[in-house]
Amino acid sequence: MAKQHVSFNLNGKKVDALVEPRDLLVHTIRETLNLTGTHIGCESSHCGACTVDLDGKSVKSCTVLAVQAEGSELKTVEGLADADGLHAVQQAFIQEHGLQCGFCTPGMLIRAYRFLQENPNPTEEEIRWGMSGNLCRCTGYQNIVKAVQTAAQTLQQA
Amino acid sequence: MIPPEFEYSKATSIQDAIAQLGANEDAKLLAGGHSLLPMMKLRFAEPPHLIDINGIEELKGIRLDGDTICIGAMTTENELIESQILQQHCPLLVEAARLVADPQVRNRGTIGGDVVHGDPGNDHPAVMLALDATLVLQGPDGERQQSANGFFLGTYWNDLQEHEILVELRIPVIKPGVGHGYSKLKRKTGDYAVAGSPVVVELDGDVCSDIRIALTNVAPMAIRVEAAESLLRGKVIDDALIEQAAAEVIKACDPAEDLRGDVLYKSHMAAEMARRSIRAALQQARG
Repeated sequence: MAKQHVSFNLNGKKVDALVEPRDLLVHTIRETLNLTGTHIGCESSHCGACTVDLDGKSVKSCTVLAVQAEGSELKTVEGLADADGLHAVQQAFIQEHGLQCGFCTPGMLIRAYRFLQENPNPTEEEIRWGMSGNLCRCTGYQNIVKAVQTAAQTLQQA
Repeated sequence: MIPPEFEYSKATSIQDAIAQLGANEDAKLLAGGHSLLPMMKLRFAEPPHLIDINGIEELKGIRLDGDTICIGAMTTENELIESQILQQHCPLLVEAARLVADPQVRNRGTIGGDVVHGDPGNDHPAVMLALDATLVLQGPDGERQQSANGFFLGTYWNDLQEHEILVELRIPVIKPGVGHGYSKLKRKTGDYAVAGSPVVVELDGDVCSDIRIALTNVAPMAIRVEAAESLLRGKVIDDALIEQAAAEVIKACDPAEDLRGDVLYKSHMAAEMARRSIRAALQQARG
């Protein structure tokens, strides 16, 4: 199959890639653009490890074609921290011990980042519903929920 | 897991998509892709060409046209949930969409893709049956309208004709005296229903003047349980009648046995979902 040219903004920088139509966005991010923060978990749109922020919406990049990202604004976990340091959600996951093995964490962080913009002052139940597309096999979710609550407070005070 | 090779093109309008379907043998439309792409990874589907319809603006959005709600086929699940029009005039659809998959999937998955895909686990076909929706289909020979009732023929089998596209879903607004209920049993977030049942009931005083009871994932396709409906229509519905209707629901079920349960379990869960939805619908219709 002929490769196609695709370009989009990745964490604020314009990037170009040559992709086959069947290349999944997550593979292009990891293997062509060499940003390996976004993880591949189930590859069947269940686990959320591959979550990225596509045009202001959380999506599972294992179930989006790279060609579909043409012209988009894409943010991955690498785009969360800035010159001032870690993002509030990253800081909160450290503070609340919101991870154990860490495999699901990039997806959790980039989802929490978007969720707290959709709902800046969520209840615990809303956090559980809003984060329900991300699976964690270690923590039992308790500290992840606490981390999102803490991040919400930090962002509200900012 | 990577899908097999295919050609990819974007369609810029409904007409363009229909023309591309005609020009490319065995091409498939790519809507949200959250059923099609996983099937392609598993080689359950190997279309040689995908026509991406995500950029077609005329397929998106929700508008009110008199007493009818018109929903573009490419409207996403999250857009259904956020819609003021649906929250006010058709909360059943909002309730149903909230129980589809998870937040990320709901950003991509579309109501039209869910309706025409053909997996008996898709939730919107039964909802469309309960709401008495009309499907607007467009093909090389123009546009036609088809009632949801009669559209679903079997697993991956419906009345969509060659090179046709589902363009819009038309749903009557829910009026005073009409109530709805929605119950869905699932093992976990993101799973298909063990059984689901949307119900719409219309009351004239205390008497049920009309009722539609639909079921998800307990037959080769979404079904209506007409035997149960006719037991209740024209009656004052009480617990004894609901039990008789539930027995008819069990008889109507023909589920595939899988990890979600055996035939008996799924049939009884479908009956329980229908009981709960009938009760919720009655309560709402009574105001």
